[in-house]
Amino acid sequence: MKYIVQFLIILAICFTGEIIHTYFNLPVPGNILGMLLLLLLLMTGVIQLSMIEEVSNFMLRHLSFFFIPAAVGLITCFTILEGKWTVLMFISVVSTFIIAVVTGATVQLLIRRRHPGE
Amino acid sequence: MNEFAHLFIQSPVFGIAISLLTFYAGTLIYKKVNSPLLNPLVLSMLAIIFLLLGFHISFEDYNRGGQFISFFLGPATVILAVPLYKKISLLKENSIPILAGISIGSAAGISSIIIMCRFFGLDELVSISMVPKSVTTPIGIEISGQLGGMPSITVAAIVFTGIAGVLLGPMVCELFKIDDKVALGVAIGTSSHALGTTKAVELGETEGAMSGLAIGIAGLVTVFLAPILVKLLM
Repeated sequence: MKYIVQFLIILAICFTGEIIHTYFNLPVPGNILGMLLLLLLLMTGVIQLSMIEEVSNFMLRHLSFFFIPAAVGLITCFTILEGKWTVLMFISVVSTFIIAVVTGATVQLLIRRRHPGE
Repeated sequence: MNEFAHLFIQSPVFGIAISLLTFYAGTLIYKKVNSPLLNPLVLSMLAIIFLLLGFHISFEDYNRGGQFISFFLGPATVILAVPLYKKISLLKENSIPILAGISIGSAAGISSIIIMCRFFGLDELVSISMVPKSVTTPIGIEISGQLGGMPSITVAAIVFTGIAGVLLGPMVCELFKIDDKVALGVAIGTSSHALGTTKAVELGETEGAMSGLAIGIAGLVTVFLAPILVKLLM
């Protein structure tokens, strides 16, 4: 019973996100609006963590399972990607380094400026 | 026998069953070898792709069952609020450095992706699919779809990014003298999402927690930054 109610709550938030997305014609995806809505409801205490915790934990623990069909869909992109694999890998790696360094350097600089001498 | 195989492939059970089976096998292998290269998603994806190609089964046949699994991407995105909520108190102490770092880092990352895609002459469809490649998979799929990209290419790039982050992320940070624990954790989570976070957790408690916090925030920041930067730079 508990799991059914928890899943219903999550689905309701999901759908509310979709409704907000469609109704206000927002450029933000409905599921992201759902995520923001859930965060807001948790922070304001309207929804207690215990009301969704078990189902959330179950899904989070096996999260990557839900990406399998999207990942397998790569099979339909083989023609588009022909001859581009090396370039895509190169871009993936280089941009990962850029993000890590710029993010890390910014955070470090700002923290040290606030607590000089540490 | 042939008729039985045909019926099986035509049924939604086929896609769901091979997904469960390959993911289960992938999890067992991952636990044995414990290498980020052989994570369950990669193993499952490769096994299914080889199976489909080997037996000349179309993606449509697979996706008759696969679509039921993909349905859960919606709820999976929504519940990302839970780990973010649990970690958001970590923001209290260094909120401005962390938020500024994630925003500037993500903006630099997205810009670099767009510029490199243009430099290598990639077409718009592939370039757009690459834009959200550093965020957590459910959010990346959402952004890719919203921008008009191919979510499957995005997922592949996200997985590859995660592997690169685990193998090389901490080394690059060391090279650039990023040694503050908070900064290191935020850098790893922002650049290589949950896969990178597995590495950050090994580095230490602060690094792991900060990396986990950064996953959700970087995802949300990218939702808002990506369409603006695509419009400006592409």
